[in-house]
Amino acid sequence: MGQQQGAYFVPVKSYWPIVAAVVMFLTVFGAAHWLNAEPGETGFGKTVITVGFIGILLMFFGWFRSVINESLAGKYDAQVDRSFRMGMMWFIFSEVMFFGAFFGALFYTRMFSVPWLGGEGHGVLTHQFLWGDYAAAWGAGGGNGPGNIGGNFQTVAPWGLPLLNTLILLTSSVTVTIAHHALKAGHRGKVLVFLGLTVLLGAVFVYAQAHEYMEAYHELNLTLHSGVYGSTFFMLTGFHGLHVTLGTIMLAIIWLRVLAGHFSRDHHFGFEAVAWYWHFVDVVWLGLFMFVYIL
Amino acid sequence: MAHAATHDHHDAHHGAPSNFFTRWFMSTNHKDIGTLYLIFSLTAFFIGGSFAMVIRAELFKPGMQLVQPYFFNEMTTMHALVMIFGAIMPAFVGLGNWMIPLMIGAPDMALPRMNNLSFWILPFAFVLLLSTLFLPGGAPAGGWTMYPPLSLQSGSLAYAVFAIHLMGISSIMGAINIIATILNMRAPGMDLLKMPVFVWSWLITAFLLIAVMPVLAGAVTMLLTDKYFGTSFFNAAGGGDPVLYQHIFWFFGHPEVYIMILPAFGIISEIVPTFSRKPIFGYKAMVFAIAAIAFLSFIVWAHHMFAVGLPLGAEIFFMYATMLISVPTGIKVFNWVSTMWGGSLTFETPMLFAIAFIILFTIGGFSGLMLALVPADFQYHDTYFVVAHFHYVLVTGAAFAIMAATYYWLPKWTGQMYSEFWGKVHFWCSVIFVNVLFFPQHFLGLAGMPRRIPDYNVAFADFNMISSIGGFLFGASQLIFAGVVIHCAFFSKKKAADRVWEGARGLEWTVPSPAPHHTFELPPVIHDDELAHGHVED
Repeated sequence: MGQQQGAYFVPVKSYWPIVAAVVMFLTVFGAAHWLNAEPGETGFGKTVITVGFIGILLMFFGWFRSVINESLAGKYDAQVDRSFRMGMMWFIFSEVMFFGAFFGALFYTRMFSVPWLGGEGHGVLTHQFLWGDYAAAWGAGGGNGPGNIGGNFQTVAPWGLPLLNTLILLTSSVTVTIAHHALKAGHRGKVLVFLGLTVLLGAVFVYAQAHEYMEAYHELNLTLHSGVYGSTFFMLTGFHGLHVTLGTIMLAIIWLRVLAGHFSRDHHFGFEAVAWYWHFVDVVWLGLFMFVYIL
Repeated sequence: MAHAATHDHHDAHHGAPSNFFTRWFMSTNHKDIGTLYLIFSLTAFFIGGSFAMVIRAELFKPGMQLVQPYFFNEMTTMHALVMIFGAIMPAFVGLGNWMIPLMIGAPDMALPRMNNLSFWILPFAFVLLLSTLFLPGGAPAGGWTMYPPLSLQSGSLAYAVFAIHLMGISSIMGAINIIATILNMRAPGMDLLKMPVFVWSWLITAFLLIAVMPVLAGAVTMLLTDKYFGTSFFNAAGGGDPVLYQHIFWFFGHPEVYIMILPAFGIISEIVPTFSRKPIFGYKAMVFAIAAIAFLSFIVWAHHMFAVGLPLGAEIFFMYATMLISVPTGIKVFNWVSTMWGGSLTFETPMLFAIAFIILFTIGGFSGLMLALVPADFQYHDTYFVVAHFHYVLVTGAAFAIMAATYYWLPKWTGQMYSEFWGKVHFWCSVIFVNVLFFPQHFLGLAGMPRRIPDYNVAFADFNMISSIGGFLFGASQLIFAGVVIHCAFFSKKKAADRVWEGARGLEWTVPSPAPHHTFELPPVIHDDELAHGHVED
């Protein structure tokens, strides 16, 4: 399908979208069935979720492969490139709003629900009649609510591992930017070094985060069950960790694509999309470090 | 110009593929995908409508006659979920898919494969959601808002949550596609402030979708973890708060109700000028009013929660912010009326639906203004007054606009005219019975009848019976709609002209009827006098 001057590009038909819809359905259907299985029951949920998840991986591989092949064949003009950029930007914006829901939950519980349960302002009667003994506090000794859900716990100290993780992510943002500039300058060796460094830093971050979780569970008794403190802590850092993991995988694939010579000095949207995504998880982390760990 | 637009330069992908599976399951064609969306929407409209019939049958008389209370609650919940996420939203996306590329002179959507994925997620999401009706434990029955702690008791919560995740992914991808299409695919000369109002309304709606669907995903994810993974977001004993869910939900929920009405505003702004044979009055004001409504939708969410026990300052802020919305909405209503003023009006079916929209949506807007008043809302909250209000804006608002759009563009889609006689029969039946159905509910609500209950005080018997009769007849009237659409698509002998309506302006009327499988493969040349709103002053 040759391109004519001034003509628009419309891609050929593809079976990947319908495959994607099927495997996404299988994954969530399996998950729903699995969650509703009676204790001890061996439903088919786990099998379906596994099939669906493997299907999703294969779908991503196949869909991206066909897009990369089309891109390498020079089918994408500047207009398609702009569409891709807009798609990625608005996808990241939707991710920002997703995290916004959880940050909103964090701010609301810290600013309103926990103090109200302690008798402040609006919640004086709830406090008096239900939980007269409860002294509101965030973090250890109150952050798990008047029911002391999950038992006493301690919080993760911000100036240890979390600070290190902050430095790791900030450094990785710098290295990915150096790699980007090197790509624009056409220095592939330098790109590989600094992009590889970014992947490495991402992996170290995920490892450190896993280590922190182990410590929280085994030594601090801070778990997902630790009232609303535990809920917000693990859901926010958990979703962020998931995004870093995804970002690291994406960076690693981009590294392989650089190695394969897929990118040119002025045609490397795949690289830039992943770099944007990486900066986004970095910024989310700064919010987490500030509002979850320090304050 | 019509010929320039459809020059056959790409033999390889010209014309619809003959293979059924390839055409409909692997499509990258905005018209085919738009058709799929519209068929899906009509199907969901009848499924959700059948749930409504169950509700009205049970409420025909006081006392329990037909169904168990739990099943009744399943019906109210599923009716809402199916109508919102299955009927109204996909209908607008389908209309956007069909018309936006035609209106801006683009060959297709910006990201055609993602477009196909956006659609195909939906049937699967609805299989997941509707399957709960047949599973042990039953369907979600705590209302479509899924407030905890009630919703956490539902065995099918996980199914509903995952179905909503899928619908959210579908909506977000659809919205990204629409933004990329509008911002990137316009033909040269189609400046932003020359776009049809329908395109503008969808651009702004798409921003709303991307901003709030992820928030809904977050809210239902918290429900999921509270039920299955031991978190305490909505558990006061753990320091959480069930009201937190309501805040997050309505931060999504209020923009969501504008997601369901802004494209309707766009549709009415296309139809009224056509049948008034005048450019739209106050084009720029119309565009800015939509943007203003969209902005305000983010700062009014707590007016759904006035009775929950908010601090006084919050109640006052949300009351005034809510009342502010009537300013841009009033601008729109006055501009539609001013467009008609002095025009040479004709009353074909689309125009009839559009005029009914303007009048009946305004009634729904006024009852909304009443609900915005905190002291009054304490009385109206959770009564049938609220039910009457949102059905006036959603049925005589959104659904009427979708029907108007269907009659307006159906000849362009199929190449054949629908039966004007049966269209008018459908209109008059709909507009009479919808008022028989919903108008008495205002009085029921003001008298204190609560919503979402299967039984009620005998004092409410008469109005409920009237409402149910209206409901059955309104439901039956929609079979006429289906009949008209099917007749037009497959059996009508009357060919449609390229410019179907005498007064119609805009690029979509420059292509043949039916619109060929591929249009505008080369960018069209745009002449300002062909655009819907005439010349815009700078």
